[in-house]
Amino acid sequence: MKALTTALMLFAAGLAFGQADELARPDPQVEQRLKSLAEELRCLVCQNQTIADSNAPLALDLRNQIRQQVAEGKTDAQIRDFLVERYGDFVLYRPPLKASTLLLWIGPFVLVAVGAVVFAAVIRRRPAADAPAAAARPRAEIEALLEKREAGPPARPTSGGRPSGKR
Amino acid sequence: MKALKYGLPLLVFLLLAGFLAVGLTHDPREVPSPFIDKPAPAFRLEQLHDAATSFKPEDMKGKVWLLNVWASWCVSCRIEHPLLVDMSKKQLVPIVGLNYKDKRNEGMQWLARFGNPYSLSAFDVDGRVGIDYGVYGVPETFVIDKQGVIRYKQIGPITPEALEKTLLPLIRRLSA
Repeated sequence: MKALTTALMLFAAGLAFGQADELARPDPQVEQRLKSLAEELRCLVCQNQTIADSNAPLALDLRNQIRQQVAEGKTDAQIRDFLVERYGDFVLYRPPLKASTLLLWIGPFVLVAVGAVVFAAVIRRRPAADAPAAAARPRAEIEALLEKREAGPPARPTSGGRPSGKR
Repeated sequence: MKALKYGLPLLVFLLLAGFLAVGLTHDPREVPSPFIDKPAPAFRLEQLHDAATSFKPEDMKGKVWLLNVWASWCVSCRIEHPLLVDMSKKQLVPIVGLNYKDKRNEGMQWLARFGNPYSLSAFDVDGRVGIDYGVYGVPETFVIDKQGVIRYKQIGPITPEALEKTLLPLIRRLSA
């Protein structure tokens, strides 16, 4: 069962790369590192694909470059730096936080904050706009109205012989 | 209050429209190169026409020169090629080719057919030097100064406009 699962996973990994001819005998450990790295890296040619997904020749070259460096025992950070040195922060799907990327990182939070402020202002203004209609009537007048109602409606001339809803 | 009610959405709209308008003038294909004002990466490659002789960027020290990445399979290279040939005829600046992921005979045939503006072409058969220069689309052109520092990178074909407005003034300034 375990062997079958492993075989299936390897098969799936092969499919994910979509390039069976990329390596004759891939080393699963290297491939795993490559996959986790390349999924965070942007392909420069087809900019909305990762280096792991892209079929562009450059992406293939870069995958092989990463494989080679993994085999040489480089750390993930070293490999990432290698690519950033050459292609800039643009290759990273998670760009580092620095002055030029500050807007990118905090922009969404600023927008949410602005939205929250506008929302709060609208909510707070609404009851204030409706309230004067009720508040304008003096309390005494309201109580008088309520009392009148408790005393029962004034008798009305009933039409027809049927008793209408009276006790 | 009314001014805010109508003014705020208008302001937001104008702000957004402003950002989008600026965005339209940018080409998403032009990724800013991290190599600007950095020394050109060293390499040593065989020459396209002479496998026995190698080329390295240090050979060009003391000169302002262009490193033009090209390939015989590259369609848009044909667009800029007449411009390069014209530049080489006028002897404006030495142009070194980086023949990127090409076959030697095909590269040589291509130059024989369209003209050879290069003082020489370095033969980067596996594209390894291309990676070191952050090449992600061919053609690309680097302007390198006398000290061997990359001063500008043209991504995509050199247009007559880019040549007149950017490249030539820069080359003149660097050569002075």
